Amino acid sequence: MKQPLLAFNDKGIYCHQADVYLDPWRPVTNAIITHGHADHSRWGHKNYITHHTNVPIIRHRLGEINVTGKDWNETFTINGVKFSLHPAGHIIGSAQIRVEYKGEVWVFTGDYKTEDDGISTPYEVVKCDAFITECTFGLPAFKWTPQAEVMTDINNWWAENQADGKTSVLFGYSLGKAQRLLKYLDPSIGKIFTHGAIENMTEVLRPMVDFPETIRVTRETKKEELAGNIILAPPSAHGSTWIRKMTPYVTGSASGWMAFRGARRRRAVDRGFVLSDHCDWTGLLESISATGAEKVICTHGYSDIFSKYLIELGYDARTANTQYEGESGEMDAKKDVEEENAEKE
Amino acid sequence: MKNFANLIKTLDSSNKTSVKVEALTTYFKNASNEDKVWTIAILSHRRPPRPVNTTLLRLWANELAKIPLWLFEESYHIVGDLAETIALIIPTTKEHSDKSLTEYLQEIIALKKKTDEEKREYLHRNWLALNYYERFVFTKLITGSFRIGVSQKLMTRALSKAENIDEDTLAYKLMGDWNPNTITFQELILDEKSSDYLSKPYPFYLAYPIEGEIANLGNPEEWSAEHKWDGIRSQTIIRENEMYVWSRGEELVTDKYPEFNSFIGVIPNGTVIDGEILPYLNDEIGTFNDLQTRIGRKTVSQSLLKSNPVVIKAYDLLEWEGNDIRNRPFEERRILLENLYETIKDKGIPLQLSERFSFSTWEEVIEERIRSREMKSEGLMLKRKDSPYLVGRKKGDWWKWKIEPLTIDAVLTYAMRGHGRRSNLFTDYTFALWQDNENGERELVTFAKAYSGLTDAEFRMVDDFIKKNTLERFGPVRSVTPKLVFEIGFEGIALSKRHKSGVATRFPRILRWRIDKKIEEANSIEDLKGMII
Repeated sequence: MKQPLLAFNDKGIYCHQADVYLDPWRPVTNAIITHGHADHSRWGHKNYITHHTNVPIIRHRLGEINVTGKDWNETFTINGVKFSLHPAGHIIGSAQIRVEYKGEVWVFTGDYKTEDDGISTPYEVVKCDAFITECTFGLPAFKWTPQAEVMTDINNWWAENQADGKTSVLFGYSLGKAQRLLKYLDPSIGKIFTHGAIENMTEVLRPMVDFPETIRVTRETKKEELAGNIILAPPSAHGSTWIRKMTPYVTGSASGWMAFRGARRRRAVDRGFVLSDHCDWTGLLESISATGAEKVICTHGYSDIFSKYLIELGYDARTANTQYEGESGEMDAKKDVEEENAEKE
Repeated sequence: MKNFANLIKTLDSSNKTSVKVEALTTYFKNASNEDKVWTIAILSHRRPPRPVNTTLLRLWANELAKIPLWLFEESYHIVGDLAETIALIIPTTKEHSDKSLTEYLQEIIALKKKTDEEKREYLHRNWLALNYYERFVFTKLITGSFRIGVSQKLMTRALSKAENIDEDTLAYKLMGDWNPNTITFQELILDEKSSDYLSKPYPFYLAYPIEGEIANLGNPEEWSAEHKWDGIRSQTIIRENEMYVWSRGEELVTDKYPEFNSFIGVIPNGTVIDGEILPYLNDEIGTFNDLQTRIGRKTVSQSLLKSNPVVIKAYDLLEWEGNDIRNRPFEERRILLENLYETIKDKGIPLQLSERFSFSTWEEVIEERIRSREMKSEGLMLKRKDSPYLVGRKKGDWWKWKIEPLTIDAVLTYAMRGHGRRSNLFTDYTFALWQDNENGERELVTFAKAYSGLTDAEFRMVDDFIKKNTLERFGPVRSVTPKLVFEIGFEGIALSKRHKSGVATRFPRILRWRIDKKIEEANSIEDLKGMII
């Protein structure tokens, strides 16, 4: 039997012909990285290749690494295999990886979303024979409302809290969601404060995106300065001692999981906003159809259910076990805590 | 409907009581009288009978969502709430409806008598005319109660603020059997004396568990103590030669206990007794399991009356000679009750006194508590002698002091996804104990289910374990590699033919995760049976 162009092993998604891994989760020699989230760009590889936007992001997280930046659509050949990066629209710099060998084309999405968020380069359909797709929100219960409507809700919520004399604390993971929120917060309502982990990441991205002004919350920040303003914080800050000085405050969380009442209550936030950096049900189905792929491999998310449905639709679909985490934020949360602790020392 | 949906959304999205009370108060101030009555009814679990069964609801919702039924079911298991799943999968359209809550409820009541085709058409039209949250609320009105952390007490407080009526007076008005479809706001809330006075119970006074040392209660002379019986808390009303029995859940259960009809003519009219319904056979208190058979039946046969008889153990007297005596001191009410009991105890009616025991030191109380299991009680009740009979759960005058639960170490064998706050996490567990099978081999036999007792963090860890150690799937249930051991606590134990293990436990719950134990160290069914007194 012919070896598949991309295969899943215990280190990651492997291209045997080129001896290259895509988003590997264990240290390897050559790694092509889709984006800067901790579950996709991990520590310890010898050579990293990624879109050039990701270079400062990954360096910020992993320190001095050997990394090469590429442009969108720039083809690079390794041992006869043609690789190129295409926008995935998930967060700034996030890419899909196109792999071509002897006329056969595979695409790995990493994480992606179809809605243009105004920061990330918008998702682009890449025609292929085999499509390796995430399906974090691969259930018909997930359908997003447009970003503009959600941001109006968030700004109204902030203004209401302010009128009640409360400080708003809005949770979003520190790379991607936090900047997406920041970009559309209305500075005419009040000042925007940031948790250290978010401020650090935002500083990295400021040269590339025009963001409103932010103020870092430090030990010297006084309670009175925060009153009525909004604070962007990573989910891990919820319930921490850090947040206590915001009192009286109201919490909100922006995540795809907020579509479920149960998830919102489990996280004990006052208000949930359904805003995700992943595709919703319709987004997934439409993109898969648009690629023209016959073979679909579902990675992280509701992959069993989603692939079963794809098979009913006539695709040659299956699931693959990976160590990607979708929008769990756990990896980021851990990282945020570590960063915050490092700052204290 | 828009306002009601917004109210539910606010109530559902806050964990703070003050926010909930404020939202409800504002709502009550602005709502029409009809909508107010219905809102009170819904928040006190008086929703209209379900007009459509859930199988049809799923089917019809699915027709709009255009997905296969299995995919709907999978989604439902993950979302954890039927109305929420339906609201999520149906597409939102540009249409909108401005019917009031009352109009919707009247339509839902009328729907019950319609044909399936009419029902289908009605649901399709309304689902599409509502936005996501309204659709959720509308479907909830059809399927069941809202679990949004609004107790009757909280709702009463808000209504009291909005209407400027004393909270306890309101609580009394809202008790009992009233029909939101026929009663007006005027009759329910504003009129001085409502028409169905005859059967109306008083709100129950409930105790909190004791905090800290018993000696902190102060001078023992100021306290009265009795056993806490493990049956159904009830109120028995004798008025105008009629008898009514109410359970604590405000359910009229008169028909389930025909033996209490013998009270009429023996206990004087104008008497209300607070007591516990207990299984009682051959001069002995039975187990809760014996009572379970009575609770479940709609009609009570003669043979069941014989095999599972019940009595009331009287705790307190709330009405005497037609007067509400709840404000008199407990000691005074008790003496009236004890005097009443003296006059009727030889009349052969199934009424007993929950005896008080005398004590002069707290040590004596501690010793009596140790006898609880032997007495077939679940612990003690301590009541301040000068306490009035209050409304709802209040701290200070009444305390319950339960005995420590029985415990056993069991192995996790099956898991199911939780509901509501825990949907999407495997939090409902089945536990097993060791038993020798006929070949003399040890095997695990299921004995109890439990779904509370772990912290959120522990639940996440167990959930993770379950997902990685699933052996088989049966719909929402998964069998799991036997590996984790938990200490299970329970209140009572009885032999049972209905259970595979041969034993029924009462209130099983997880006490802690025994990370230190291997499954070989878990207990056996024999160990469990050894606990039966």
